[in-house]
Amino acid sequence: MAVVKEREEVLEVVGQRLPRVDGWAKVMGRAQYVDDLSLPGMLFGKLARSTQAHARIREVRVQRALELPGVVAVITGKDLPIRYGVFPVGQDETALAVDKVRYVGEPVAAVAAVDPYTAEEAARLIEVDYEPLPARMSLEEALAHPEPRIHDYGPFGNVHRQASLEFGDVERGFAEADYVREDLFYYEGSTHAPMEPHSALAWWDPGAKKLTLWTSHQGPHYLHKGLAKALQLEEHQVRVIVPAVGGGFGGKLDIFHHEVCAAKLSMLTGRPVKITLTREEVFYAHRGRHPELLRIRTGVTQDGRITAMHVEAYLDGGAYCSFGPATLLYAGTQQPVSYRIPHYRFQGVRVFTNKPPCGPKRGHGTPQVRCALEVHLDKLAEDLGLDPVELRLRNLTGPNEITVNWLEITSNGLRECIEKVVEASGWSRRRGRLPYGRGIGFAASAYLTGAGGSIYFSDMPHSEVHLRVDRTGVVTVYTLATEIGQGSATAIATIVAEVLGLKPQDISLVTSDTDLTPIDLGSYSSRVTLMVGNAAYDAACRVRDLLLEAVAERLQIPRHRLICRNRRIYDEENPEVGASFAQAASWAEAKFGCLATSGSYRPPEKLGTYKGSGVGPSPTYTFSACVAEVRCDPETGEVKVERVWVAHDIGRALNPILAEGQVEGSVHMAVGEALLEEQAFRKHLHRGPSLLDYKIPTVHEMPEVITLFVNTEDPRAPFSAKEVGQGPLLCVVPAILNAIADALKIRVDEVPVTPEKILKALEERRKGRPARVGPTKVPSFSFPAPERVARPPQWELEAKPA
Amino acid sequence: MLRLPGFQLHRPATLQEATQLLADLGPEAVPVAGGTDLYPKMKRRQILPKHLVSLRRIPELHGFRGDPQAGLVIGAGCTLAEIAAHPMVRVGYPGLAQAVAVCSNPLLHQMGTLGGNLCLDTRCSYYDQTDLWREALGWCMKAPGKADPAQVPCRVAPGGGRCWAVFSSDGAPILIALGARVRLVGSTGERIVPLEELYRDDGIHYLNKAHDELVAEVLLPPANGVRSTYRKVRRRGSLDFAALGVAVALRLGADGVVQRCRIVLGGVASRPLVLEEAAGLLVGQRVEPQVLERVAEAVYRAVHPMDNVDFTVYYRRRIAPVQVRRALEALAA
Amino acid sequence: MDQPVRLRVNGHEYRLLVPVHRTLLEVLREDLGLVGTKHGCELGECGVCTVLVDGRPMLSCLLLAVDAEGHEVTTIEGLSPVGELHPLQRAFAEIGALQCGYCTPAMILTAKALLEEVPAPTEEQIRDALSGVFCRCTGYLKIIEAVQAASRQLSAGAAASELR
Repeated sequence: MAVVKEREEVLEVVGQRLPRVDGWAKVMGRAQYVDDLSLPGMLFGKLARSTQAHARIREVRVQRALELPGVVAVITGKDLPIRYGVFPVGQDETALAVDKVRYVGEPVAAVAAVDPYTAEEAARLIEVDYEPLPARMSLEEALAHPEPRIHDYGPFGNVHRQASLEFGDVERGFAEADYVREDLFYYEGSTHAPMEPHSALAWWDPGAKKLTLWTSHQGPHYLHKGLAKALQLEEHQVRVIVPAVGGGFGGKLDIFHHEVCAAKLSMLTGRPVKITLTREEVFYAHRGRHPELLRIRTGVTQDGRITAMHVEAYLDGGAYCSFGPATLLYAGTQQPVSYRIPHYRFQGVRVFTNKPPCGPKRGHGTPQVRCALEVHLDKLAEDLGLDPVELRLRNLTGPNEITVNWLEITSNGLRECIEKVVEASGWSRRRGRLPYGRGIGFAASAYLTGAGGSIYFSDMPHSEVHLRVDRTGVVTVYTLATEIGQGSATAIATIVAEVLGLKPQDISLVTSDTDLTPIDLGSYSSRVTLMVGNAAYDAACRVRDLLLEAVAERLQIPRHRLICRNRRIYDEENPEVGASFAQAASWAEAKFGCLATSGSYRPPEKLGTYKGSGVGPSPTYTFSACVAEVRCDPETGEVKVERVWVAHDIGRALNPILAEGQVEGSVHMAVGEALLEEQAFRKHLHRGPSLLDYKIPTVHEMPEVITLFVNTEDPRAPFSAKEVGQGPLLCVVPAILNAIADALKIRVDEVPVTPEKILKALEERRKGRPARVGPTKVPSFSFPAPERVARPPQWELEAKPA
Repeated sequence: MLRLPGFQLHRPATLQEATQLLADLGPEAVPVAGGTDLYPKMKRRQILPKHLVSLRRIPELHGFRGDPQAGLVIGAGCTLAEIAAHPMVRVGYPGLAQAVAVCSNPLLHQMGTLGGNLCLDTRCSYYDQTDLWREALGWCMKAPGKADPAQVPCRVAPGGGRCWAVFSSDGAPILIALGARVRLVGSTGERIVPLEELYRDDGIHYLNKAHDELVAEVLLPPANGVRSTYRKVRRRGSLDFAALGVAVALRLGADGVVQRCRIVLGGVASRPLVLEEAAGLLVGQRVEPQVLERVAEAVYRAVHPMDNVDFTVYYRRRIAPVQVRRALEALAA
Repeated sequence: MDQPVRLRVNGHEYRLLVPVHRTLLEVLREDLGLVGTKHGCELGECGVCTVLVDGRPMLSCLLLAVDAEGHEVTTIEGLSPVGELHPLQRAFAEIGALQCGYCTPAMILTAKALLEEVPAPTEEQIRDALSGVFCRCTGYLKIIEAVQAASRQLSAGAAASELR
């Protein structure tokens, strides 16, 4: 495990505002994305998709497509019958529907043709004979109608998974409360909408019997395994390469139909096959934010200390498993990371519906509950006559404690985050005092820095790095870690450069190639900086040891006096005595032979032993706080987010430019989720699978962002660098909602908060009714009795940990 | 990538040639200028013309003539960017400059033309979708696809026997409010009509013109002290079509009394909605709160949007009077 | 219906035979290998396929290749002479105005057209000009900052050359 470098004041590249290492290629238009690639003899593939939301397939007729001149191959579900899934417990997808379709847009056949025009036309000629079944388009409908089942697995009806956990004794906790409040909240589904549509290029080498797939993906390792299974190949017969990726946000993490189909078509035709999705198809590929209905009940003492909390989450999972089991559990995990909750119950259910599958999107599973919780706490504070910030401050977790649900917090800068945004925004003098129509709102949040458990069980490292140095001074880092725009390449290069006294651009990176690079589990759960960073740090330290030893011997300087800096290795006491980095490398190569080191990282063992305890643990957590300022038009219901202050406990920013970029990007996505975006359906159809109808914010909707980093020391993170890609999104959505409440004295307990809903809430008030729009009931559903989990020892010793 | 279907491209050099081509080729030929509305529709297979008659190379369609004192004539082939930036438009007809500036986004301004904007196909959330989506819907009256045209209803109001697609041009409402006329040129002659007469209250046959007629130019009357403005309701500050467009042109006497007024809405019906009653309430009055109150009521009574574009019907109906009032207040100030 | 066409792209003339229904985007990427021009919707919604036509930003997904004849097309590959970076490119890279990089060519070209027309734009003018291109990563703020920085650098350069 990495430790903070001893002499921090000498950090040379860590913390500097340096350009990202992949920036130059990108500004020149030279970064190559999958659809930019082509191979000799390449064919173009296209998927034919279901026009039914739920139906049995009687027959798929491909003859007319096959007869179209230029069509080389057509495949259907019969050609790819093996079920796969990213989760071991969720092997429920096939690349092409076999006996049933479960959403409009689900692929039923695939064609390969000599040009894209022919492929597109051929897909139109596929005819499917369906026997329609009733479609369930909401979680209420899916629960109300257990038959016919969408899947033939899951506990019953259309229930996919359930969770029911209790830490401590919630009823006792509520009995100890002076006041209990319950709220309902609905969080609409949303999708990632990366600017680059998914694309995959497959080439099957019939001689070597080896498949190579270039794909726009953020988790090539899981894809590698999934492809092998779906195609019935040995894993070593599959090579996945990820070139530049035009954005992911969780939307390129699953095993996708077009990837399996491109591979199969290449195997059948012996020619490279490329399939690039249209924008509409990206909406059907989805795997985005689960629509979620939430009920939160919290008990507090008179002075605002939480005594108990009960969270119920109803997740609309769409038609397949995807990452659903994790999404469901994540909904329960993070509340106790930000606030001390002595007795805590989480119950959740994920339901199948006839819509594109939901999955992981930035903040995976946690933004919905976080939003509901932070809005709920605001109302609770109001009931108690407390400043909303003060209520949070009275319940914060601290550093080095174990939460009631057995998550281990190391560094924790939440209090400082809150103090910073409160100070910078002028909260105390402005809250509740702005003219009608203007308001500010607050929220706080917590997120993990890398999932502590892998998706499939294993005792192997989560991240591995090879590092080689040769006599020319070239340093090459090999890792499967995938740059999707989040800056992982720069983060890794920065860490290695810091250790070796080089600059980030001196580091050559070979990434995301399952044949060349050692395993990394993928760009998800904000894990790369910490996990690959630690592995890279270890590998770099090992090679530095070799270099130092060689230089010490050649120059007869005690090893402990040597330092690596400014592309040299030299005597700290006589800086002119030393060697260039390349000279040092050649001495080391002469002494030790070929210079190659490795580093591995595996997260700490989880503390919890209960069923479901694998989701939630992380080597360390980040904390964020936000104040949002809005201007609302009470006549039109329009909301403009004018300014957002975000403070984030990042540990230390490896590169502040990139870190700020993650915060600003999170704010963009949060504004979209709070006010604009809905992956919504009418009848059985997506309301508008296009960038015209799906409303991602334009530059006009983007507020001013004031980013404030809080530094904490964390021995588990390389140079204390914690995540920043996801955490800062979480608090922004509820802060906006709380600001709207401050501005208009209404509550819209449902995102997106549209002008329509605001006018409705205002009208409710005019009619003398509660000024609220939002859910009023939960579906009738009985959760299983909770599994009672004993609390960590210190929770039992004292009412609240010190 | 979404591809355009094949077609034959004709690139006439004169209006005469273009209209003759349209007459000769018949309904399977469609005129195209900027292509910003047509090409996406073709890629989504909403329209599959065999022939496209390109208007890009016809000099007669380009340029500005006259001035705000005598009346300004704008060629239908002028791009939205040219119009938004034109000093005479900005000074003499500010409402038009505003309307064009908020149309779609700045990239499409470079390509889209005034003529194209005035002839913009009607829009509907059941129609502006790919053929895959529309097949999953079961098609619709405006684009029956594989369905029997006689059998397939309008999906917005299935019993109504008509198509309810919405006319969303930003240019048309303000030009109607300003009293613009259009010169229509056909293969056998030409005519000049008030712009409002170009439109019909039908989502499918929304233009009152012969197949071979083209909008050649827009004739604006002398500005003559007329104040104008355009307000647009849309989800985002860019790209989105009008869920409601409010165009108002009015002239005030020295005493602040309204001498003439026109109020035209876009985005709420299959054609621009001219609000005669509401405008009539203003003439001879000052723009004062109690008058505005009555105007707002008249607007509310006249607006009956359908649930087929962005925003709920409830919202669009509620917001129309507010936006009309704000437009009037801005002009009276 | 294939048609012979002469395209001027980045200062070079290309003679091609293209079907009339082929868009400039398709020809640039698939026939000329200029894959720096990206695509995100092909329906004129996302803006990432923007190229300059006679210096004006246009959506190459909605422009027929045959209609580009007689015009000067500039793509990201032709923005600056070989071995040099345009101040906008430098500013985007240094300020961190890009993450995944997919909208970057369109953003830079759109900003180039703006700065040609308005050398010292206000933030509002920058926002307006860029409002046709979506970015899903950056939240646009660093893009605005980079355009401002490039604008300052270009005017400093212009002032310096006037002095000479």
